[in-house]
Amino acid sequence: MPKLTIDGQEIEVPAGSTVLQACEAAGREIPVFCFHPRLQIAGNCRMCLVEMEKSPKPIASCAMPAGDGMVIKTDTPQVHKARKGVLELLLINHPLDCPICDQGGECDLQDITLFYGPDSSRFAENKRPVADKYLGPLISTHMTRCIHCTRCIRFLDEIAGVEELGACDRGEHMEITTWIESALTSEMSGNIIDLCPVGALNSKPYEYRARTWELRKTESIDVMDAVGSNIRVDARGSEVMRILPRLHEDVNEEWISDKTRFAYDGLKKRRLDVPFVKKDGKLATSTWRAAFAAIRDELKDVPGNRIGFVIGDQVDCETMVLVKDLATALGSPNVDCRQDGTKLTAAARGAYLFNTTIAGIEQADACLLIGTNPRHEAPLVNARLRKRSRMGGFKVGRIGEPFDLTYPVTDLGAGGQTLRELSDGKHSFAEVLENASRPMLILGQGPLARADGAAILALAGEVAERFGMVGDDWNGFNVLHTAASRVGGLDLGLVPGEGGLDVAGMLQPGALDVLFLVGADEVEAKGLDGTFVVYMGTHGDRGVHGADVILPGAAFTEKHGTYVNTEGRPQRAKLAVFPPGEAKEDWKILRALSEVLGLTLPLNTMGDVRRRMAEIAPSLARIDEIEPAPFGGFGVAGDIGAEPFASPLRDFYLTNPIARASSVMQECSTLFVQGGSTGATGTHG
Amino acid sequence: MSFAPDVETFSFPDELRPEIDRILAKYPEARKQSAVMPLLHLAQRQHGGWLPKAALDHVAEFLEMPKIRVYEVASFYDMYNTKPTGRVQVRVCTTTPCWLCGSDDIVRAAKDTLGLEIGESSEDGRFFLREFECLGACCNAPMMWIDDDYYEDLDYAKAVAVLEALKRGETPEPGPQSGRKGSEPKGERKTLVEAGRSSRTPKQPEAATQPSSAPVPDETPVRKGRPEDHQHEPTDPIAEAADEQVGKVKNGSLGDEAVAIDPEPGRTTTTKKDAD
Amino acid sequence: MLQDKDRIFTNLYGDDGVDLAAARARGDWDGTAGFIQKGREWLVEQVKASGLRGRGGAGFPTGLKWSFMPKQANGPVYLVVNADESEPGTCKDREIMRHEPQKLIEGCLIAGAAMGCTAGYIYIRGEYVREAEALERALAEAYADGLLGKNAAGSGFDYELYLHRGAGAYICGEETGLIESLEGKKGQPRLKPPFPAMVGLYGRPSTVNNVETIAVVPTILRRGAEWFAAIGPERNSGTKLFCVSGHVNNPCNVEEAMGIPLRELIDKHCGGVRGGWDNLLAVIPGGSSVPMIPKSVCDDIKLDFDSLKNAGTGLGTAAVIVMDKSTDIVKAIARLSKFYMHESCGQCTPCREGTGWLWRMMTRMAEGRARPEEIDLLWDVTKEIEGHTICALGDAAAWPVQGLIRHFRPEIERRIEAYTASQRLAAE
Repeated sequence: MPKLTIDGQEIEVPAGSTVLQACEAAGREIPVFCFHPRLQIAGNCRMCLVEMEKSPKPIASCAMPAGDGMVIKTDTPQVHKARKGVLELLLINHPLDCPICDQGGECDLQDITLFYGPDSSRFAENKRPVADKYLGPLISTHMTRCIHCTRCIRFLDEIAGVEELGACDRGEHMEITTWIESALTSEMSGNIIDLCPVGALNSKPYEYRARTWELRKTESIDVMDAVGSNIRVDARGSEVMRILPRLHEDVNEEWISDKTRFAYDGLKKRRLDVPFVKKDGKLATSTWRAAFAAIRDELKDVPGNRIGFVIGDQVDCETMVLVKDLATALGSPNVDCRQDGTKLTAAARGAYLFNTTIAGIEQADACLLIGTNPRHEAPLVNARLRKRSRMGGFKVGRIGEPFDLTYPVTDLGAGGQTLRELSDGKHSFAEVLENASRPMLILGQGPLARADGAAILALAGEVAERFGMVGDDWNGFNVLHTAASRVGGLDLGLVPGEGGLDVAGMLQPGALDVLFLVGADEVEAKGLDGTFVVYMGTHGDRGVHGADVILPGAAFTEKHGTYVNTEGRPQRAKLAVFPPGEAKEDWKILRALSEVLGLTLPLNTMGDVRRRMAEIAPSLARIDEIEPAPFGGFGVAGDIGAEPFASPLRDFYLTNPIARASSVMQECSTLFVQGGSTGATGTHG
Repeated sequence: MSFAPDVETFSFPDELRPEIDRILAKYPEARKQSAVMPLLHLAQRQHGGWLPKAALDHVAEFLEMPKIRVYEVASFYDMYNTKPTGRVQVRVCTTTPCWLCGSDDIVRAAKDTLGLEIGESSEDGRFFLREFECLGACCNAPMMWIDDDYYEDLDYAKAVAVLEALKRGETPEPGPQSGRKGSEPKGERKTLVEAGRSSRTPKQPEAATQPSSAPVPDETPVRKGRPEDHQHEPTDPIAEAADEQVGKVKNGSLGDEAVAIDPEPGRTTTTKKDAD
Repeated sequence: MLQDKDRIFTNLYGDDGVDLAAARARGDWDGTAGFIQKGREWLVEQVKASGLRGRGGAGFPTGLKWSFMPKQANGPVYLVVNADESEPGTCKDREIMRHEPQKLIEGCLIAGAAMGCTAGYIYIRGEYVREAEALERALAEAYADGLLGKNAAGSGFDYELYLHRGAGAYICGEETGLIESLEGKKGQPRLKPPFPAMVGLYGRPSTVNNVETIAVVPTILRRGAEWFAAIGPERNSGTKLFCVSGHVNNPCNVEEAMGIPLRELIDKHCGGVRGGWDNLLAVIPGGSSVPMIPKSVCDDIKLDFDSLKNAGTGLGTAAVIVMDKSTDIVKAIARLSKFYMHESCGQCTPCREGTGWLWRMMTRMAEGRARPEEIDLLWDVTKEIEGHTICALGDAAAWPVQGLIRHFRPEIERRIEAYTASQRLAAE
């Protein structure tokens, strides 16, 4: 624990700290551009210069290890002169276009110049123009503004694991570029927009659309996957203008995936904003009163076991509480939140959670991936795995399809047979797991959604047991979910009751008289002749195809809602804008419907709903806390088919109705998944 | 003659394999990225003086490093050309020591003789003229660096003579054009007057126990990862390969990393065969 | 004047053969194994006792630098020889590599042994194609003769030595830039600490030494540390290669004693200043990175580290650039500013942005196209760069301009006046 003197104040800091950290601990603010606590130290901006006794030159505090007995001064004429000088040099070639720059108002260069910079320019030469670069459909560039801090390069190299950006040429001609005009292929690329301390890298879809100070900022939770990334929704009027990450060390740190960041334009497209009722075989716009009446009429005298509910992937827990109680009131056992047909059950919580937790990955020393592509199923989980891998001493083995996960992975085999060999200790990777003190496995939804999913789950449980993955202070058994609503649904017990039908059963022709699709867009309800289909949701996506009545609901940015992530962590999304047109918050729709049906649910306020939610699943009331789940209850042992394990995602960019409605995501899909070219043309970049 | 064309694909010919192996053997296996600069030198020579993107990508694949890291290196160093250039590379040093001695005249001579401005290549793809920063021959200023050779102690007329000879397809004798051998003072010398034999350094007494002509140890030292026989054919494998690759006969100068043991030690002068 | 018998580089001019046999005849490789067998400490002590200071510019005591290397290192340890001779005015290492390569190779082996190195790399600037060939030939000869590799020179010490070619970047002469380049990256200097002695090439302990520094070591051992220490002033001992270029009658490289008066060097070896000593305007005494000194200082300055430091300049690489009264002194320095702008690696702000600004202002100053108060701005900008960069290139860019303003401010002002007057005239 080195002890330093900073501006006369003695301070002790943890070993391995830098002088910058020591200064911050002493309450001194040091301006920085290139420094970022999550990236390797570059020391290139020279903004953080401070005086150190016995050093003839000022030192870069970000790069200097704190040493015992150092005497640091941060508030001397020499330091002020150095800062002013560095700022003057940063500004000589920086354009004076702040009034039109997207970064205006949240620009480090602007802020730091205000405090430390010169008040006028002494530069009488021509400024250096730099050609803009094409980086793909998500990021626009204004490279003349670039101050060469290299944060973007370091992020892609270190965090995203996609070395595609570099600093080419040298001296004053050095430019941040891909060299060849090509899109960045990282699914985390948007984070470099946030990292850019100036307006050189901007969000292409957001560019020139708003000024930061006009935006209403709402702290919320993302539903594009089951990670539950913490986000901030910036809105103006009734429109979501952009989505940014929010810090949560245990979940997403300060990153989000490109889908989380850029799919929001899908919130404005193909939206259901009035109720529809089918008349003469054709859906026609209608009213809430008429739509409810149509449902009431249809439900008349239908026995409960002829009614069913399928719950979609982005449904909030509050809505699911209403579904559960309404189904009970209707006497229906046919409720299922497992749209993909996963064989997970609600009975054993420890068998469906990501028990290690995302942050816990950093403690693991070996990992077995079973039928999962975390890079696409949960980019932030993959980023954590990469982070762990970079620390060293972390072996990753995979059963399933090969795919570049951005860190070294040993491919063990294709499917069940390899898993069996491993559980019998016959595979070479068994030794790795055996020697690991904190081994973990991650089981994806691909294998679990197969007919033999329960047997795969059981075998994975055996593997976990065999290699001591679960102990008193360590649980290495993990299921990686892809749907934001799934864990909440299982926690609330939204699975078929006694004699009830699961999703596949409900979708059999003639199985039901009335089917409610609650935000369920991944199933095909078309051609269910004789079944009256009620779709409640947000988009004109797959769910509406066979619908007889459409009830327009609210997207995740338009309601207050609880989501439980793959770790079992309940978090709350908040209303940022109101639902469009006639659309309503989903729980209120169901509450109103229950009244029309004469089955009035006693849940009149959000408070009532949440109390009821806590009754069903007490853990959901403890926001941001993970209730550890007991180990056990892993499926049913049985035969496993020979087909290889595969990830359920074929297209990272188009996994849900919002993303599918997003033209930005469509463009990404065309470019990155279908291998098409929307590439660099004269109009790009 | 014309510029070496941009190409879709690039690869090192098999003839270069020994040379490449010799380069790779210099660096630890896990650090083969160290070979990026020598391999880019090879590739540039093979491809008539510049590096198409395909060559950069090939080097990246060859060394299993991200392409962008190769692009960075290729764009950082002055000697790599990433745009088509003429094959004969004429560089005039214009930094202060040469400038003081009249490098402006040499630039003028080059412009007049080649009909090019600085940074231009001739339309027939033969010559590329550029300025270069200090080339480290300041006691023989001003000077030009043409392909692999230094032409020193120049003035306008001498520079013209060198370049005219090149244009005619001849190979002018490299080195000082003033009759000097190296960087000794011209005229009367005050030092090393006995032509290098003046002062055999006396042995240190203790060192006498170790005779200078120590017997060769039993175990003949073999250089790690290298052929025992360092004697290469006195031809240039790189240039030959380059000729094959671009279908042109290039001057037979020695390769970037090629070693030719000259039986008569001293300056190696190579004969340039002009392709025209 | 240094006597020929005390010159180390007896084949500096290539009068003699460069092959191994000729080198041996000149005394190279004599008793090498014996020195190595005396052990690391002895070797380092000898070099310390000789007072040898680094010949690459900074003048750091070589023995002390060697002693920073860890005594125990589990794994490879490297000697890296800086043969990226690129400092304008400097052309001495080239002569060693093409005419005295065995001295360098023998020095590499001894230095390697002194620091417990497992291998050495000589990083030669890419433009020195023929010099690289000469070195490769010399290396091949040394290997063939058992002087390198296993049991090198019969010393019982195993040592590999490799040649690596650069590709045109002055910044690779900076030791950590050189290491980066050798690792196959852009030659951008590293942050220090950690210093190369702890984390150097491939993350291993490494020492970077200049060619001349290494090449003089074998002779120091053969002649004795006292011999070397006795030459030149105290703390500035030994012989030194001087590169004299510019406006002298006979520019040349010459090995002389440290502390030789500048005037003696020029008059004795270089045939005097063009047009006589009184025609001298100024001298840059240590390569382009050190501030110039005007004639008044040149008259009786001695060429060694401390004398020049006291005169507000430095010995640098001992590259003496002489400028007579015909010199456009502002343009001469403006050209150096262009050099530093071109060679800035671009990594850190003050150098990347500042060197271009300096050059643009200097170009205008050379024409007189400036306002008198801009001279102070120019000074300010050099001060914004100096001391604020990752490596010394920023300082090197600042100092020549500072030297110009310090000694020739009236000349800059005169030009500005003349230009302003001509513009006024043109306007009328």
